[in-house]
Amino acid sequence: MEGQLAHIGAGLAAIGSGAAAIGVGNVAGNYLAGALRNPSAAASQTATLFIGIAFAEALGIFSFLVALLLMFAV
Amino acid sequence: MASEAHGAEEGGLVFHPMDQFIVKPLFGGDTIEWYTVTNVTLWMALAVVGIIAMMVLGTRRRAMVPNRTQSIGELAYGFVYKMVEDVAGKDAVKFFPYIMTLFMFIVFANFLGLIPMSFTTTSHFAVTVVLALLVFLTVTIVGFVKNGAGFLGLFWVSSAPLALRPILAIIELISYFVRPVSHSIRLAGNVMAGHAVIKVFAGFAAIAVVSPVSVVAITAMYGLEVLVAFIQAYVFTILTCVYLKDALHPSH
Amino acid sequence: MATETHEAAGHAADAAASAPGMPQLDFSNWGNQIFWLLVTLVVIYFVLSRIALPRIANVLAERQGTITNDIAAAEELKAKAVEAEEAYNKALADARAEAQRIVAEAKAEIQVDLDAATAKADAEIAAKAAESEKAIAEIRAGALESVKVVATETAAEIVAALGGSADDKAIADAIGTRVKG
Repeated sequence: MEGQLAHIGAGLAAIGSGAAAIGVGNVAGNYLAGALRNPSAAASQTATLFIGIAFAEALGIFSFLVALLLMFAV
Repeated sequence: MASEAHGAEEGGLVFHPMDQFIVKPLFGGDTIEWYTVTNVTLWMALAVVGIIAMMVLGTRRRAMVPNRTQSIGELAYGFVYKMVEDVAGKDAVKFFPYIMTLFMFIVFANFLGLIPMSFTTTSHFAVTVVLALLVFLTVTIVGFVKNGAGFLGLFWVSSAPLALRPILAIIELISYFVRPVSHSIRLAGNVMAGHAVIKVFAGFAAIAVVSPVSVVAITAMYGLEVLVAFIQAYVFTILTCVYLKDALHPSH
Repeated sequence: MATETHEAAGHAADAAASAPGMPQLDFSNWGNQIFWLLVTLVVIYFVLSRIALPRIANVLAERQGTITNDIAAAEELKAKAVEAEEAYNKALADARAEAQRIVAEAKAEIQVDLDAATAKADAEIAAKAAESEKAIAEIRAGALESVKVVATETAAEIVAALGGSADDKAIADAIGTRVKG
């Protein structure tokens, strides 16, 4: 029973991946919108783009980690 | 759950997505002492061999017009050098060999991990935590050596209203100490997630009806993983540069 | 259905029990991994900082130098080419001016010759015309004289034929008034 609850929890934690996907999409989309408005400034901001994506994605990875812990370690 | 039960009845469907990450002694034996030669050792050694082949053997002709290997080596050099210079500033160039070491190791470990049946060293928290802690310690030490107590100005946001500053200082302090955690878990988590997902899809291939879908999915994931392997190395390196910039120029 | 779920759950539990969980969280082998990681990093660091990076930096600097030199040389050659073109254009302009001068000279010379020849021809023509006029006048005078003679003779003949006699003086007078008038 406890194992099943852990699996449900893992599934719930996986929702976080979707949330991270929204975050990453938000970052990339806004970058693209800005880059199309001012293409000359776009190249200098790719590093910032990747940093933003990395931060957004890290939180999704945390939720994935929680899911893994629930699946295998609990 | 239903399909799993269905598959289990047919007797083929077993998921062991994490088995690929098991550390095994290479020459028999059960116990893993700190000096035991394991598959970790093997794949790290292969990464070293790869780096030497590309950066040393590839450039041994010192050609004015580079051949393929040499131009890749020069490309990697220019890529990381420009990143350090642009993000961390001109005075960070003396850390360039250190950052280059991190970048090359992560890139090679990630790509070697994409070879089927291989072992991905960067999927282990033991590895990435050490990498992140090295960066964290370097940044902290360099920050205090360069700026003395002025390094604490990093946490004191002077552009914010005075009343907010203590709260912001606490937030900044927490985020500073969370850095090595997110820095390491991001890399290991991404790599592990990708490999585990590929393995799960591979497990579904045991059902004949699903296997074509499974193969397509594995192919797609593999392509994504190739991208992730590079982007995570890039992100790790560029975050190192960002942290280093904080250490060298702590003013907000 | 219930048994099925139960079986599946049991299977999953078995799998969880037999699987090693997350190998990443098996702290017993962390020492091993960290040791080998540090060895790897040190090796890579020394290989890169002692051999590879200085070498690549040298190659890149050398290439940059060569490119700069080549560009400078190319600039020089370009300047030379521009100079040569200018010289060529100048020579061309000079040659053209010279040619024009020669043409003008020749024209002037020819004009002088032509003028002289024209003057000479005019003079000759004028002389010839005067001569001709003189000859015509002589001829005309000769012709008048002949007319007088012929008329006198004819008149004398006619007078004789008519049976009259006329002295020569009267006839000559009559002829003279007629011919003149």
